[in-house]
Amino acid sequence: MDAIRVSRYPKIRRVGFFAPPDSSATMIPSPRHPPLPVSEMISSADGHVALGSYDPSENLNLATGIEKREEGEKEVLQSSSKPLKAKTTKAERRALQEAQRAAKAASKGYEGSKAVAKNGTVAPSKGTKHSSQNKDDPSCGSPVVTDKKADRPLEKDRKKDAPLRMQFDDKNRMENARKRAVVNPTEARNRVELFQHLPQYKYGIQLPNLEAKVFQIGSLHPSVFEVGLRYLAGDISGGNARCIAMLRAFQDAIRDYCTPREKVLVRDLTSNISSYVSYFAECRPLSMSMGNAIRFVKSRIANLPLNHSEFEAKAALCSDIDRFINEKIILADKVIVRHAFTKVKDGDVLLTYGLSCVVEMILLYAHELGKQFRVVVVDSRPRFEGQALVRRLVAKGLSCTYTHINGASYIMHEVTRVLLGASAVLSNGTVYSRVGTSCVAMVAHAFRIPVLICCEAYKFHERVLLDSICSNELGDPDAISRVAGRMDVNCLDNWASEDNLKLLNLMYDATPSDYVSVIVTDYGMLPPTSVPVIVREYRREYLLM
Amino acid sequence: MWWRSASFIMDRQQKEKEKEKEKEGAGTKGESSISNRNPKISAYYETRAAHHGVVTSDWLAQAQAAIGADPEPEPQSPLTPDPDKPFSVINEFNSWRKQPHLAEAVAAIRALAAVIRSSQATTMMQLEIELKKASDALKSWDTTSISLTAGCDLFMRYVTRTSALEYEDFNSAKSRLIERAEKFGEISYKARKVIAMLSQDFIFDGSTILVHGFSRVVLEVLKLAAQNKKLFRVFCTEGRPDRTGLRLSNELAKLDVPVKLLIDSAVAYTMDEVDMVFVGADGVVESGGIINMMGTYQIALVAHSMNKPVYVAAESYKFARLYPLDQKDLAPALRPIDFGVPIPSKVEVERSARDYTPPQYLTLLFTDLGVLTPSVVSDELIQLYL
Repeated sequence: MDAIRVSRYPKIRRVGFFAPPDSSATMIPSPRHPPLPVSEMISSADGHVALGSYDPSENLNLATGIEKREEGEKEVLQSSSKPLKAKTTKAERRALQEAQRAAKAASKGYEGSKAVAKNGTVAPSKGTKHSSQNKDDPSCGSPVVTDKKADRPLEKDRKKDAPLRMQFDDKNRMENARKRAVVNPTEARNRVELFQHLPQYKYGIQLPNLEAKVFQIGSLHPSVFEVGLRYLAGDISGGNARCIAMLRAFQDAIRDYCTPREKVLVRDLTSNISSYVSYFAECRPLSMSMGNAIRFVKSRIANLPLNHSEFEAKAALCSDIDRFINEKIILADKVIVRHAFTKVKDGDVLLTYGLSCVVEMILLYAHELGKQFRVVVVDSRPRFEGQALVRRLVAKGLSCTYTHINGASYIMHEVTRVLLGASAVLSNGTVYSRVGTSCVAMVAHAFRIPVLICCEAYKFHERVLLDSICSNELGDPDAISRVAGRMDVNCLDNWASEDNLKLLNLMYDATPSDYVSVIVTDYGMLPPTSVPVIVREYRREYLLM
Repeated sequence: MWWRSASFIMDRQQKEKEKEKEKEGAGTKGESSISNRNPKISAYYETRAAHHGVVTSDWLAQAQAAIGADPEPEPQSPLTPDPDKPFSVINEFNSWRKQPHLAEAVAAIRALAAVIRSSQATTMMQLEIELKKASDALKSWDTTSISLTAGCDLFMRYVTRTSALEYEDFNSAKSRLIERAEKFGEISYKARKVIAMLSQDFIFDGSTILVHGFSRVVLEVLKLAAQNKKLFRVFCTEGRPDRTGLRLSNELAKLDVPVKLLIDSAVAYTMDEVDMVFVGADGVVESGGIINMMGTYQIALVAHSMNKPVYVAAESYKFARLYPLDQKDLAPALRPIDFGVPIPSKVEVERSARDYTPPQYLTLLFTDLGVLTPSVVSDELIQLYL
């Protein structure tokens, strides 16, 4: 099991962009024994407690006074009989983990030796077999299991899209999450106060851990592992691509799945899928469309007729997943392209932001069918996704203009239509999309230009978002401190050492429905107010199929 | 709105008591003062010229008697099916249209119902193909009319959208189709009365209503209100170049409703005194906006900026699967405009006959499905079409 690094020193939580006080509070060593009831843990710290492992004090790159103090604390706690979950070095934790795994393997007999078994339902010592939904449940804070390695509350169905809603500043939930995490959760430096409830970016530190664990993660199917790594590295990006990759990985896992003895396929497979999902969530937070796809897969598993043999069940599931990908993504894109094409006229100037695969398809299709129009691509740091789009469009012969988002209001007066993609569309008509989309939509609205959102219906979600803060994803802060190709712009190179400086790299933002004219989906063109209608009418239908 | 002194009501109230007994019986049957005005009609839809010509009040009185007085017998098809002559949907349509109080789309729906009845098909597929062909023929008869297209499409969806079709043998399926078709025709036919009843609550004593364009539905609404002894007055816009305002004011005068004619430019000037705006619709689009006679958008904008409600009276068969993003996104419907003086050839004239009013400027839609907000239109269309 991963050692949990938890700092328990109390912290006065302040609103605003403040750094947590480094050494002001006294260190109250609170016991880390799992059976301890929640209330005791809370009362042991005065005031609010720091966010678990995302404690700047544990930053591996910095040797601050905190480290030393924590070393001291460790000594105090050494006396406790149970192994510590925090304040140990990596090597120690690894050793601890190995020891625990060996102990578990010994106790479990042959099952534990299947270190690389992809489908072993027995939780290896990591306890990866857990429903990721557990993170959501506050009552899980009460440690009801004495043997945390053998957690398996996943037998019950929990809320489905939990990883997205994980509150990373809630001490109790974080602790449980860390207990069950596949990968070492590492902390980020200098967290922005307002966004502490979101998972902090941890790629740079995470990757070596993951790579080292490839042979230790016995429960993960290789294709799942691969896809997770690719998420982490940023190779797969874009809602549809991520969703398809995830579903294909699930398909492989299902095909290679074998029901172990004494287990029911439905429950066991569901728990497997849940563990894969939590693994993905740790590599990169799930998008809402992925959440919908996962819900679909789980509902298909749950609705398998009981008289199906294992072979039939697996074949049915794989074909269901194939059908989902085909109908909801590939064919849906074709339908959207047809609908949106009716709104493109000769002489149009179409503006798009970033890189959306559906918008690219629309532009290419309209061009092929001979419409005369030109394209303005608006792009932004640090990802510069629009450059790939411009390259592909120009290669096909479209006339393009490329500009940065600072120039959006400058260029907007020439534009006749704005085409945008979406990561998700929520029930109040809010569009959740790449950061910068809402700026472009608002400028277009100010110029009274119609804004078309092109989005497949499987990305609709029954949640409601009012702002971009509650739910978002944090990207790599280093990406914004550097400018590619400009070595001389290096003022922020040491930003991590500045206590007063935080870098915030948001990945998504929410566009209110007032700025959206029409949402083009595979169900046709809808006004933003009709999103809950689609969710109501068709979510049930395809879940039950 | 109650604080606004409706002085015209005070004046009338005295006359009211004297005339009460007379008013009860007469209602809208103002036969005594039929001035057979024959306004010059420059119909912007040529297809409606015939209708517009004959909508005079004694004609309406006749229709009224037919509709309102007794539980109405289903108006029979004027054509008797003749087995020798091949059935032509256009003929049927035209014969239905001769009853001018009937909206075009309703006539089309009735014609399509007749297609089913007289069809010789033996399989469901064949029947559906026949229906499709008939519907296309009707739609091509006037491609600019949104309500006609929408009515045909909705009819097709409504009638064929029953799962029972798969399970029954052909004859019972056919009779079920006929049943649904009749029902749809019935609903459409009675739509105007339903809308009139629903909108009564929104017209209160002392209200001032601004009306634009000559909509038979709105006229029905106002007629019913007058019959219910509500005291209100109406401002009619002139409605150039069709002069719809002149015709409408004529009709309203016969109902003894105080009418004031405005030129189109005087709308903002009088908007202060107005309590609500009532318009009809040529078509209701998926966003919840409406397509109506040119000038509606302007009036809606003025009303919205002055916080006056804009009510639209539209039958449900006018819900179309269109989604205009701006004014130019509509299929063009041009009409000749006569300025009265010759215009140099270099000068261009904007001849479009209708405009699109976005849903944010509309308050409520009165339809036979009930009183709806604009966002419900998409809901209804989704439920019917998908």
